[in-house]
Order: sequence, then C-alpha cells, then structure tokens
Amino acid sequence: MRFLTGRLAMASLVALAAGLGAAQAAQDDITVAMQLEPPHLDPTSAAAQAIDSVVYINIFEGLTRFMDDGSIVPALAKSWDISDDGLTYTFNLNQGVTFHDGTTFDAEDVKFSLDRARAEDSTNAQKALFAAIADVTVVDPMTVRLTLSEPNGNMLFNLAWGDAVIVAPESIDDIKTNPVGTGPYKFANWVQGDKIELMANDSYWGSAPAIKSATFKFISDPTAAFGAVMAEDVDVFTGYPAPENVPQFEADPRFQVLNVATEGETILSTNNKMPPLDNVKVRKAIAHAIDRQAIIDGAMFGMGTPIGTHFAPHHPDYVDLTGNSGYDPELSKKLLAEAGFPDGFTTTLKLPPPSYARRGGEIIAAQLRAVGIKTETSNLEWAQWLEQVFRGKDYGLTIVSHTEPFDIGIYARPDYYFQYDNPAFQELYAELNKTTDAAKRSEMLAELQTMISLDYVNGYLFQLATPTIAKAGVQGLWKNAPTAAVDLPAMSWAN
Amino acid sequence: MLRYALKRALSLLISLAIASLVIFLVIEVAPGDPASYMLGINAQPETVAALRAELGLDVPKMQRYLAWVGGMARGDFGTSYTYRTPVGQMIADRMWVSLPLALYALALSTLIAFPAGIYAAARRGKPGDIAVMGATQLGVAVPNFWFAMMLVLIFAINLRWFSAGGFPGWDIGFFLALKSLTLPAIALALPQSAILARVMRSSLLDILSEDFMRTARAKGLSRRQALWRHGLRNALIPVLTIIGLQFSFLLAGGIIIEQVFFLPGLGRLIFQSISARDLIVVESVVMLLVFSVILVNFLVDLAYAAVDPRLRSRT
Amino acid sequence: MIRSRNLLIGGTLCLIVVTAALLSFVWTPYDISQMDIPNKLQKPSAAHWFGTDHFGRDIFSMIMIGARTSLAVAIVAVGIGMGLGVPLGLWAAANKGGWVDEIIMRGNDLIFAFPSLVIAILITAIMGASALNAIIAIGIFNIPVFARLTRSGALSLWEREFILAARVAGKSKPRISAEHILPNVANLLIVQGTIQFSLGILAEAGLSYVGLGAQPPTPSWGRMLADAQTMVSFAPHLALVPGLAIVTAVLGLNLLGDGLRDLLDPKIRVART
Repeated sequence: MRFLTGRLAMASLVALAAGLGAAQAAQDDITVAMQLEPPHLDPTSAAAQAIDSVVYINIFEGLTRFMDDGSIVPALAKSWDISDDGLTYTFNLNQGVTFHDGTTFDAEDVKFSLDRARAEDSTNAQKALFAAIADVTVVDPMTVRLTLSEPNGNMLFNLAWGDAVIVAPESIDDIKTNPVGTGPYKFANWVQGDKIELMANDSYWGSAPAIKSATFKFISDPTAAFGAVMAEDVDVFTGYPAPENVPQFEADPRFQVLNVATEGETILSTNNKMPPLDNVKVRKAIAHAIDRQAIIDGAMFGMGTPIGTHFAPHHPDYVDLTGNSGYDPELSKKLLAEAGFPDGFTTTLKLPPPSYARRGGEIIAAQLRAVGIKTETSNLEWAQWLEQVFRGKDYGLTIVSHTEPFDIGIYARPDYYFQYDNPAFQELYAELNKTTDAAKRSEMLAELQTMISLDYVNGYLFQLATPTIAKAGVQGLWKNAPTAAVDLPAMSWAN
Repeated sequence: MLRYALKRALSLLISLAIASLVIFLVIEVAPGDPASYMLGINAQPETVAALRAELGLDVPKMQRYLAWVGGMARGDFGTSYTYRTPVGQMIADRMWVSLPLALYALALSTLIAFPAGIYAAARRGKPGDIAVMGATQLGVAVPNFWFAMMLVLIFAINLRWFSAGGFPGWDIGFFLALKSLTLPAIALALPQSAILARVMRSSLLDILSEDFMRTARAKGLSRRQALWRHGLRNALIPVLTIIGLQFSFLLAGGIIIEQVFFLPGLGRLIFQSISARDLIVVESVVMLLVFSVILVNFLVDLAYAAVDPRLRSRT
Repeated sequence: MIRSRNLLIGGTLCLIVVTAALLSFVWTPYDISQMDIPNKLQKPSAAHWFGTDHFGRDIFSMIMIGARTSLAVAIVAVGIGMGLGVPLGLWAAANKGGWVDEIIMRGNDLIFAFPSLVIAILITAIMGASALNAIIAIGIFNIPVFARLTRSGALSLWEREFILAARVAGKSKPRISAEHILPNVANLLIVQGTIQFSLGILAEAGLSYVGLGAQPPTPSWGRMLADAQTMVSFAPHLALVPGLAIVTAVLGLNLLGDGLRDLLDPKIRVART
C-alpha cells in the first residue's frame, strides 16, 4: 500500500509539473477515457478489448502492427522474406531494442512468445491465429524463421494482433499486473476501478512520442461519461458509450467528434439448427422484416453503416449485398406463409448487455411482431450469454457485434454458435486460406460474402461505429479501428 | 451478563458459519464461468480448460469452500480470478470509498434528522410539525437513485458545481475528494434522514408522555425546557439503534448510488465481479457485508442488555 | 383532522395509480407496442401529454402500463411475505422459547443480515432477469418482516384471558392461532402491509433500474428511468415523469398506511427500515 501511494505521489508530482509547464511548452500529457477497465494487462491471455486499448502499441509491440487504415506495417520486425511456396517466413528484427526492465529483445523472445501462445496449455484467447505455425526457429539473435504447415495468406495480419505481441520470459510471471514490453510507454501505476497511468519510455528504440505521460480513465456509466467530457476532466473518450449525446458534442466548439468505424459486424445471430429457423425461407422472412435504418436511428441515433453480409464496408473486398434483404414486410409475410407459418411463430431473443443489443432488440422485436413473429425477449449478462447462447446454443435469435477483424471464417465452423453448416462454404474458405494471390482472394471473398448473404445465415444489421469525443486540440486520433487500440505515440496537441 | 454475552457470541459464530455456507452455495450455482468470460468468443475449449486449471476452478466445490472459509478465518480472502490480485487488498481499496461515503451520508442524515425531529416534536400538531412530517413523507417516497439522477442533472450538468461522477482518490486532497462524494452522500442521506427524523420525533413524543416528564412539567418547566433537559437523552436510545442499522444499510445500499455516480466502491466491485463471474470476490464482499450487519446487531444486543438487565433472559 | 387528511391524500393518490393501472388493461392513449422512431424524444404536448421516449412511444401510455407492472410485482411480493411470514410468526409465538421459535427467529435474523439488494441481484443473476424473479427476491425479504411483527403481536395476546379460556376449553394451538390470534393482529398486518407494499414498489423500481426487473417490451418505471439516464441532459422529461410516478405511488401508500394506522389503532408501531 505504501509502495502504491509512493508511486502515486510521484505520478501526481509529475502531472503537476507537467501542468505548470504547460504555459510555456505544448501540453505533453493526455487523459484518455474508455468505458471498460481491463481485468489485467496481459493481452496474450484474455479477450477483453480494454487490455489491447491500454497496452497495444503503447506497452507491447508485435512483429507487425495495424495502422488505423487497417494496413499491416513492420513493427519489431524490420523486414521479412516469404518463401515462394508460402511456407517459410523469415523475419529480420530491429536492432537495439530493449524491454522496459532493461533486458535485450532478440529472436529468443519471439520464439518464446509464439511458442507460448500456441502451446498445449496456452491460455491465448485467439489461439487459432497461430494454428498454421508448425515451428519457430532462431536463426541468429536478429533473425527468426516461422515454418507453416500449410500456406496462410493471413500470417502477417495474424501476427499484428494484440494477442501476438512479444513478451519476455524474464517478466512473464508478473505480466498481468506489471506488464513489461518493448513499446514507447512504460506501465507506471494502476488504481483499480479508476485509472492506469503510463510514462514515456526514455530508452525506446523508435522515435520518441510527443505525449510524455498518459492516463487511462475508466468510466463505464454513460451519464458519468457525459459529465466527465463536458467538465473537460478527460481529453479523449474512445468508444463513447451513448451515441444519443453526440449531437451535443458536435454542437460544442470545444470538442471534436470522430465516428470511428470498427470491425464490429452487428448481426441478428440466428440458430440455424433450431426449428423453424433451420428453414432458409423463415430466415429470409426475418431478414425482410427488419428495417435496418430504423434500428440504426433508434438504437444508435444514426451511427453505423448498413451491411448485407458479414464483412466490414470499409474493407476493399466488401460487396454491398444489402439489396438481398431490403425492408419488405409484405414479402416477409408471404415467405412465412410459404414456409408453413401463415400465423407466424414464437422464438427466443436473448440480448447481451451493450445498448446496441438491448435497444436494437426492442426494435427488432417490434418489427418481427409486425409480421407475426413473436419473440420472448430476455436480457442476459455476458457470462450468461456465453453460457446459454454461445456455448449452450440454447437460443433462437440474439444480437451481437462481432468485433474481431476479418472474421468471416467463423462461418466455416459448423460448431460455432449459429451452427451454419455449409460444406461449399467450408471448402472455399479453406481454399482462400491457402491462396496468396490478391486478385484471386478478392474474388473468393466476394463469393463467400454472397453465399452467407443468400443463405440468410444471420440478419445482417449494421457495422458498429463508436464515437471518439476529444478536445479540439488533440491530433493523431484513429479514424477507423481495425483493432482495439489507443495509439498514444501517434497523438499530440495542436499549439 | 458474561454468560449472556458468551451465548450471543456463540450464536454470532453459528450465524456466520451458516451465512458463509449459504453464500457459497448460492453463488457457486450461478450459471457462467469466469474462464470463458475472460477468453471471449473466439477461444477454443481446451484454452478455457487450461485457464480453469490455472485458476484452480477444477478443484471440487467442497474443497474450495473449506479453503475459502479457512483463509477468511486467517484474514486471507484469496485471489481474484479476473484481476489476479488479493481479494483482501481489492476490498480494502474499495472500502476507502464506500466507508467514507457511508459515514458522510450518516453524518448528513443525522445532521438533518435531529433538528427536524426535535423541531417537529416540540411543535406537535402545529403547522411546523405538519410541514416537517410532510417533507419526511416525501423523503421516504423518493427513490434514492432517481434523486441522484436529478442531483446530477441540476448540479453537475446544468450548474457544473460538481462533477457528474467518478472519484479522484484521496491523494488529491481531503476536501476535493470529499467534494466528489458530496452528491452521492446527499442522495443516500435524504431518505435515511426522513426515516430518522420520524423516529426521533415519535421517540421524543413517547418520552414526553412518560410520567417523569409530566413531573418535570408539573415542577414548572416549559414543554421545550423539559424536552431539552430530560427528554432528549432518553429518546436517543431508539434513535441510536436506527443509526446503527442505517450504517450497515448505507454500506450495502450504496450499490445503486455508486452505479449512478460511478464511484469505485464496494457496490461497483460487486456488480463488476458478478458480471465477470469473479465468484470469490462476490462471496467475500457479501460475506463482509453480512458480517458487518451481524456484528452491529450483536453489539446493539449487548448494549441493550447492559442497559436493561431484563432483556438478558430473552431468547 | 390530521388523520383524515393522511387518509384522504393517500387514498386519492393510490386511487389515481390503481385506476391508471386498471384502465391500461382496456385503454391507453397510444399503442406502445408500435414504435415510431421518427417521432422520438418529443417534448410534452397536447398530442403526447408526457412526450415520447427514445423509440417514439407515448410516455403517458407507458406510465399507465408501468403502474400495472409495479403494482403487480409489489402485490405478489407482499403476498409471499405475508403468506409465509404470518404463519411462521404465529407458529413461533405459539411455541415461545421452544426450538421452533428459536430457529424461526434466528433464521429471520439471518435473512435480515443479508444485504437485500445484493441478494436480489444475485438471485436474478442466477435465475435470469425477469419480473417473476424480482418478485421472489423482494418477497423473500418480506418474510422476516411479517414473521417478526406477527410474533411480537401474538406473544402479548397469548397471555390474555380470552386465549387462556380457549386453551382451557381444549382448543389446539394452531386452532387458537387461526381463530383468535390472527384476527387480533390483522390490523397490525394491514398497516405494515401497506408500508411493505410501498417498499416493494421502490424495490421493484430499483431492480428494474439496474436491469433486473420486468423485461422489455413490458414497460416498468424503473427501466424507463434507466433508459432515460443518458438522455436527461437534453430530454429531462424522460426521467422526471417516471420518477414522479414512483413518488406518487409510494407517497400515496405511505400516507394511506399512516391514515389506516390512526384509524385502526393509534398504538401500532410500524417498522420502516
């Protein structure tokens, strides 16, 4: 406890000094608020996006990394060579990189991190990312070679995830509470339930960031979030929880509002094995009963882009298939009658906590009721949702935003919770994974998207957009969110 | 007296033992698994199993119960599943918000209730009494979370005198920290002060009708003088009991208010831990709250017995 | 004078709430199952007396149906409390000092010791959020209230002559409890019941507010408040109206309870915490 307060006092002294100096120099501290607090700070053993928001790019780096436009660029790996058969990746690492505890970063750390992630007893939430890796070999301290069991067009993309960052064996035991990485910021302090503080790492191998100290504040309550932004207690709020407040911020010259497109395809997930939802006509009827725009307006206050398939609209390979499921209640009723349900039927609608699901669920329930489909709505916590819906597959309909980037592959898993089992899709997807030619991949992706759209696997609603509210002077904020991240080194204050 | 105290202490221990078993069983049957919650929707089953093993969740329930109770007896609450930090430390940290908040609210409630109750009793049946009693009726009827929302609307969003929520920590200075607890404390205190004022008033009125008060009045003291000299002290006993009960209530009852104001206290900890299925944290916090109530009751019983020997024979 | 005023005001407020709830079965100004999103968040007007909510539904209609939810939950919860608590209290009093009495009273103390809201949250976490589970959660904590009250009321009666006479006449304890004790504690129970009823409405509002009460599309006052929370800054009527509805119902019941107490037996003491 004394240790903690000591650090806290130091941090506040630094903050005070920074505040005093602000009159002369440009501001170099920032307070970033977000809704959820990370449970711990190890991005390689949990799915919580809040962990990535704090540590990705800032504390931990991977071999490659995401830019805000979704492109993959070098990070700890300076460059790489891919063999012609696509089975061997040789990474050349950056020189002179050290971890925050002073230990040197080299190929052994890469091998340790990747082997740990794909080990038998690994607790990596995205273990599938590493499934194609057959072997990791240290060639020399600055070179590491990955051997794949089969070609994988996504390997560089997979290695950019927060779940694939490089950690050191020396500091792995305490990683959850004291993360030690190679990034431009060091972990300084955590007041649980309130905030996490980071300080610039003076011995960072890359260029020094403009922001020298950063505080992450966790404000889950939307009202408190509104108050905190309005009172200018925070400089940036990423993933602002209440889209209904956005017009007020837009009208206020003190703030800038960025509608950040996320990777979240928000869908009305449908249990494809539960009668009568196993009938494609019934699923098509549901799709035509849904008025996407009303949901976007009513649940998201206008934020979000309609989608017609499970793919992000800002992705170059996206195909607009919203026409396959236009709002047409009459057609919907006709389809229901054809399927043998002229009077509709009753199914369950189980909703997880986010407001897109709860509000969207109320609207969808009303829209389905209009064509004769009755829903028994129940609101679930995440733990219950995971248990009942995701694992138990005990549901008819649910609403959830699938925020993992490029996750159309879940449709190739017949045991996944919407239980879509189409061998044609599975074969084509396996084919895609082995293909590295860009034009061919693009073509295959279009076919995959069309396939699930015409099978009406799920009701495709909209691409989730989350507002970032920031003070007008903050620069370098991400306009898209290909992954959960708060890219502190990119940020600065305008003079 | 000693025998009575020992008997009550034994019953306190039995209550605690039963409570711990009830809490453990109730919470452990909750559907949901902390490991799958942490790993999210892309995790593979063997990954979840590996994490369960790492957390010690694959140990039989009875063994976990004994470990938990045994640990608590030694003052060790175990380690949180999600945060991986000692539960005792987490609770202690949150206590630094919840306890001051409860005390602050209690102080406010007493400060409002005493004068109001005394004033109303002294003016029994007159317009002043009716006005105070009407106000307390209103105070009891207002849901504290709604009152909290209204306070935020007026004082934080419109007037901007206070921040709408959050707690900056005691390090920024006592009064600044206290300021951030002020709106929540008011929201908590108002309904409690209404109850307390009513108890104060009726307790005073009871005393006023007692013989010794009549004697005092007969000796020439005015109603108000009699009230101050003899009434107040005697009327305090039931009032103090209510205050004791309110304290435990405020500690647990802050849950919703902590949600509204986003304070990192025990209430938030409970909500967070329930949704993350961090069972050991939920169990320990609930146990702590139950313990505080049982302890307060025990102390009140002892105090009563010390004052009034007849009560010792009560079963 | 004061007595009749409590009764009058309380009775009137209760009548308004009950009328709104009953009327909502046959008529509401608008059909709230229809959403009208283009007309969302309207301020109160002649067409919509209390305005419209974030889905464009008429708030006046929702308040009427919400009254139904609140009353139903509170009635059943108090019913559970009375139905189980009163017999337990009678039983304990009839066997004063015995092990039954001891177990019942210690069990009561134990339930009292649990933080009611936390337990309610746990119950709904285990069994899922629904109006029924909210009723159970609230009802459980009503049991000890009625058990204690009945026991203490009954204890003094057991020493009265007419009970002794009945015992001498050979009547069994359960029969005496039912025929002689119960009618004599009825006034006590009615008054406490009114108070518990108002507490039940507050508790239902609190549970729905944290999302654990009646589920959509059933409107409930507490959930209306929760939905309004992020919108108070630009549409305060969303929070004001349901809040005032709760205050009206609770205030009405409390005043009615006080009025009834004065009317039935001024000596009755009610527990409010």
